[in-house]
Amino acid sequence: MSENIPSVTQESAAPPRRSVPLWVQGLVWGLLLVLLAVVALGLRRRQEGHIQIGETLPEGLVLTTFEGYEYQGQGQVAFDDLRGKVILINFWASWCNPCRDEAAELENTWRYYQASGADVVFVGVDYVDVEPDARAYLQEFDITYPNGPDLGTRISQAFRIQGVPETYVFDRQGVLRYIKIGPFASEAEIRQVVDDLLGE
Amino acid sequence: MKRLVYGLILGLLAALMWSGLTSAQGDGPRTVTDDEVNAIARQLYCPVCENTPLDVCSTEACRQWREVIREKLEQGWTEEEIKQYFIDYYGARVVAEPPREGFNWLAYIVPPALILLGVGILIRVVIVWKQAAAEEQQLAAEAEPDEEDEYIRRLEEELQKRR
Amino acid sequence: MLADFGFGILLLTFIAALYAAGAALYGALKDVPAAVESARRAMLLTFPLISVASAILVYLLATGRFEVEYVYSVTSRSMPMYLKLTAWWGGQAGSLLFWAWLLSLFTSAVTLRKWDRDREFLPWVVVVGSVTLAFFLGLNIFVENPFARLWSTVEGIGPHTFRPAGGQLFIPQDGRGLNPLLRHPGMVFHPPLLYLGFVSFTIPYAFAIAALVTGRTDDRWVRITRRWTLVAWLFLSLGLVVGARWAYDVLGWGGYWGWDPVEISAFMPWLTGTAFLHSVMIEEKRNMLKQWNMLLIIMTYDLVIFGTFLTRSGVLSSVHAFAQSAIGPAFFIFIGLTFMLSVGLLMYRWHDLKAKEQMTSLLSREALFLFNNLLFLSIFIVSFWGTIFPLISELVTGQKITVGPPFYERATAPLFSAMLFLMAIAPLSAWGRSTVKTLGRIIWKPALLSLLVPLFIFFGGIRQWAALLGFWLVALVTFVTLHEFWRAARARQKRWGESLPVALWRLAGRNRRRYGGYIVHLGMALMAIGILGIEVFQTETQRTLSVGESVTLEDYTVTFRDLAVFDTNDGRRVYRAVMDVYKDGQYVDELHPRVDYYYDSQQPMTIPGLRSTLVDDLYILLVDWEQVSLQNSTFKVYHNPLVKWLWIGTLVFMLGLFISLLPDREPAPVRVTARSAAQPIRR
Repeated sequence: MSENIPSVTQESAAPPRRSVPLWVQGLVWGLLLVLLAVVALGLRRRQEGHIQIGETLPEGLVLTTFEGYEYQGQGQVAFDDLRGKVILINFWASWCNPCRDEAAELENTWRYYQASGADVVFVGVDYVDVEPDARAYLQEFDITYPNGPDLGTRISQAFRIQGVPETYVFDRQGVLRYIKIGPFASEAEIRQVVDDLLGE
Repeated sequence: MKRLVYGLILGLLAALMWSGLTSAQGDGPRTVTDDEVNAIARQLYCPVCENTPLDVCSTEACRQWREVIREKLEQGWTEEEIKQYFIDYYGARVVAEPPREGFNWLAYIVPPALILLGVGILIRVVIVWKQAAAEEQQLAAEAEPDEEDEYIRRLEEELQKRR
Repeated sequence: MLADFGFGILLLTFIAALYAAGAALYGALKDVPAAVESARRAMLLTFPLISVASAILVYLLATGRFEVEYVYSVTSRSMPMYLKLTAWWGGQAGSLLFWAWLLSLFTSAVTLRKWDRDREFLPWVVVVGSVTLAFFLGLNIFVENPFARLWSTVEGIGPHTFRPAGGQLFIPQDGRGLNPLLRHPGMVFHPPLLYLGFVSFTIPYAFAIAALVTGRTDDRWVRITRRWTLVAWLFLSLGLVVGARWAYDVLGWGGYWGWDPVEISAFMPWLTGTAFLHSVMIEEKRNMLKQWNMLLIIMTYDLVIFGTFLTRSGVLSSVHAFAQSAIGPAFFIFIGLTFMLSVGLLMYRWHDLKAKEQMTSLLSREALFLFNNLLFLSIFIVSFWGTIFPLISELVTGQKITVGPPFYERATAPLFSAMLFLMAIAPLSAWGRSTVKTLGRIIWKPALLSLLVPLFIFFGGIRQWAALLGFWLVALVTFVTLHEFWRAARARQKRWGESLPVALWRLAGRNRRRYGGYIVHLGMALMAIGILGIEVFQTETQRTLSVGESVTLEDYTVTFRDLAVFDTNDGRRVYRAVMDVYKDGQYVDELHPRVDYYYDSQQPMTIPGLRSTLVDDLYILLVDWEQVSLQNSTFKVYHNPLVKWLWIGTLVFMLGLFISLLPDREPAPVRVTARSAAQPIRR
């Protein structure tokens, strides 16, 4: 049907169909595809959420610690250097109430492992927080494991965290094995996770 | 336009601060008003509540940030220093505009480039069309009608055209 | 039971829409009128069907059937009835259904028109309408089912469309309640208005696609859809303004527009739509810009879909965004297909759409309309780039960035100013020809007069060049437009001896589109006053006050009298301050800024105390308070000059649009004078 209708503006006999120059076509399709690709990737990024079990520890991340919360006397903790140990990374903030529910448990578990000399390291990453309040929080719960601000929100972006608290536990090979969204309920819960990985 | 307002407010603040400083010299850390804090806070965005300016955001994290601004002001930091501190601490996303560096330049270059491209296309199109019209006009030259009459004629013509 | 029935109806509607698309396609390609007719009827059937489904959902909402997950998530027992009803569009699933219902309504309405002259368009309009409808219904059926119920199984409680194995129906005691931000009259009207605008752009788009497919390249599709476009534009504009008003009243920013990505994604189709609205006039009058108009309407429709996608998929983060949803991928595929099909079709017909285009003068109306289009598109480019750039940046550098108000304001302010300037001179220029001389002769009087305005305010003590320039442009638009009315009325007066008011009245009756358009321009100029007022002259202060203390801002002194805390029976705890307002020492008003804390959603809402006059708004926010004694509270006071003109301008602009929507009257016999009779009447 569509081909039967003569175009009104074509006064003379229809000239051979001319098409848009190839380079224009290419350009238009190219731009359209780039736009769609950007949106698709953005969408994927939003939908994939935090990093998943089985992924390896994101590379090149360095935590600058708060004074008094260094790791083995070092003010900089390069996550890459922690490989070979079981790593527990906990995201928290002083304005976050649920974080308070697990702070004491985390610290007690840390002390337990320190006393037993287990090959595990806890790292606290302070997300979008201000230093005085963060320090008050650390003092309130008498926290001793390495802690530092997430400068430039680089670490939280690499982990794509969705909120605080969130805790990620990596095995000795640097593979993510356990994720806790929200606070841990008890010391036993933390210990079970870490013990499993230590026993491997 | 807001820039201008900021400029004015800051100028005013600077003047106030100056007069405040000169009169209160030696009184220890000066007191900072909420308005001074907000003047800086409104240019910042906290990652916890995205797209809400810091001065009107009511979350606890944002309240803490405003406190930091206040402390820094009390310590005599300038606005630029405070903003830079926040950028260093929390990343470039905290400022209302991407910092002009590296990849971010694209944010500033692309729109004017595209608009200029649009202007270019428009000019080209107009030139081509004017040529087409000029050729046509050589065929039929019309006398310029009287101005007032021309208006009436146009009005009438358009009225007629409405069916 | 009822929910299952609703879902069944949705399924039937979906099948009807798919059938309509298939039959219309078959009928058009094989030239089978019976199939097209069948498709048309199927399309008409979707409306009653989807109305029944919607009625069921609304009934479930009104009666508080919390076993239905959607009802549970957007209503609660304590909500007033009107909010329960409007919760229809208060959440993702319901608003998708609402959208589909509107689409079905419009497509049905358009398929009912007389098609005698445009038979060949019908199947393709049905195809576009029903495919879009089927898509939205598909989202409802497969991803966001408003009729899914809560079932308790071994895996926990969750929404399922059908009873899962071993599932027990779970009936919560109470719902979670509507997001407090949405419990505002503005939010009751803002989404439907916006959706009305969005959805009605589907109709001109459908006709454009029909014209492209059939190769009928005259301006018929433009003429058929002229009113639809105007209606779409009216609703979209109103949706934006009501949204702005809501933000002003509820978000507690002291402003109405934050250049938030979601706001911008509703603004972008408005920009291209407005450009389209202007440039189709060139097509109708001069038979030019056919390709361009096609491009504009395609962009507008695609931006509507794209904006909806951005808002609902969670790609962009924003205060206005819907909760995270799984509709993203499906939406993305639909967008990809629509973009590619429309663009491909347009390129295929590009040369057929070429008209004999020419232009006599750079000051002719068509030339100025071209500049107008350039400006709208430039603002669009800035908005689009600002919205999309954070996505690109995050992908490339891995770091998030914010593109906020300063970026947009700096880039768009000169463009908006240029737009005002064009708005002032374009109506004066003639189609075809106009010279500096002819234009100058008409414009010099109002232009001179308009210069008085910046002069006046300059001596009034205002020195900001932005304000002086802005107010001059507003004055120019206003005076020139009024002068146009006056000139035309005078001309009628001279010719037919009508009195001035009669002449004005008849004028508006004769050429409604043109004079309606002028009134719209006047409305825009008034809105510009409001925008200038808040952008250039807004001042604010924040102070912690004890009871009895005052804070002064501009001419106002505000005294904190009292703070009360009480619970309401709709589930709020209200902190309400009483403020006495003095202007120049005189008591003028009592304002009540307050914070409502919603127990069900655990969210606070800051409601300003607002005193609005033609000159300025006093806008007070309760920021903080001492918990126990209630003796000290922190307030933020804004002085927003002239903001009211933004809302007044909106009313004027609505009036103008209504006028241009009315059909023009037949020419009265009195107009056949000797002179015009001598000329052939052009129709």
